[in-house]
Amino acid sequence: MLEARDLYCERDDRVLFQHLDFSLCAGQSIQVQGSNGSGKTTLLRILCGLNRDYRGDIRWQGQPVEKARADFRAQVFYLGHAPAINRSLSAAENLRWFCASRGVRAGKIREALAAFNLQGYDDVPCYMMSAGQQRRVSLARMKLVPAALWILDEPFTALDRKGVSELEGMLSDFVRSEGSLLLTTHHPLKMDCDVGTIDLDALIQERGVYDH
Amino acid sequence: MTTEATAGLASVMGATIRRELLLAMRSPGDVINPLMFFIISVTLFPLGGGVEDAFLATIAPGVIWVTALLAVMLSLDSLYRADYEDGNLEQLLMSPQPLYFLVLSKVFSHWLMACLPIIVLAPVLALMLKLPAAGIGALVISLALGTPILVLIGAIGMALTVGLSRSGLLLAVLILPLYVPVLIFGTGVVDAAINEMAYAGLLALMGAMLALAISLSPLAIVAALRISVN
Repeated sequence: MLEARDLYCERDDRVLFQHLDFSLCAGQSIQVQGSNGSGKTTLLRILCGLNRDYRGDIRWQGQPVEKARADFRAQVFYLGHAPAINRSLSAAENLRWFCASRGVRAGKIREALAAFNLQGYDDVPCYMMSAGQQRRVSLARMKLVPAALWILDEPFTALDRKGVSELEGMLSDFVRSEGSLLLTTHHPLKMDCDVGTIDLDALIQERGVYDH
Repeated sequence: MTTEATAGLASVMGATIRRELLLAMRSPGDVINPLMFFIISVTLFPLGGGVEDAFLATIAPGVIWVTALLAVMLSLDSLYRADYEDGNLEQLLMSPQPLYFLVLSKVFSHWLMACLPIIVLAPVLALMLKLPAAGIGALVISLALGTPILVLIGAIGMALTVGLSRSGLLLAVLILPLYVPVLIFGTGVVDAAINEMAYAGLLALMGAMLALAISLSPLAIVAALRISVN
């Protein structure tokens, strides 16, 4: 489904990763590991097409991702570092625009918020919510759009313990229903499915590629 | 299939405009500040520039146009800032919908909020500056054609500089040269109307510039936003 060959990326004269190969099929999940600043977010943004400073090959359904861009965007759900929640708008208003921007009918916003324990928070402006609640609004988007691939950058940030285990359950359900999952997290994952890993630190160490 | 796609497009454009208007209602300062700047600056000219009617009438088209232009520039700062900071810009760029229309509807809502009040108030301020009645219609039409061009061009500059912390001066340097033709044609229309000369040709030229801006600048804005989030 998503395939990367010989990816290379450097930032500020420092090689973040090189010769990075992996493939992610339907029903598989991969956790990207690495210390702070090792390039986890950069890797996810490159795969999303938000960062173009890389060399190598990224393929989506067997095609170069530049050619399959429209199909790729329709199939991917990306959760970035920033929650993509406008603090002046209410939870429902944020999600309604998100649905429209994805070309999806905004029917199930109430249910999506309820799935993340935000019953009754539909019309509360997001600046009145705690960081964890804002994160939940942000996460609720994944219930609203059909996507074959979830790319999640630190999805567990700011969630309480119960929220973490509920999210783990949702991620496992998604992978078991033939979804593909790519995520970064520093938290020990407890998922009911196999999780592959890409270790960016190990990748750098074994090849010894600090070029200065 | 085609009708479905068009309906999807109309709904995403509608939703974008609705979102922008809601945001403007929640923080009205972004809309009101440029408008107050416009009103106050124009009002200061009769006070500082002498009270001779004939003199005021001569400078009126230029004063109103230059102040409107500066007010538009002032309003642009809020265009992408919040979306850039909270991550919505990334989501926008990941949207499977045609970005051309998403960007265009955002710019259109900005024009509605920042420029429409200026166009509505311009005749009143023009009367205060003793602009002859013959020029008032032309002033409104020239502003209606010119301000969308200003917003479209300014949005390109704003999209390029949104990632920089202090972009004010850079933005001015980037876009002011492109504003000059609009200013010249805009005041030209009003001057021609006052002197009872034909100005349809000038308006047609401004219309052509607007058509060009509508068709090309959203593409440039999308490219600039991609560079900014990179």
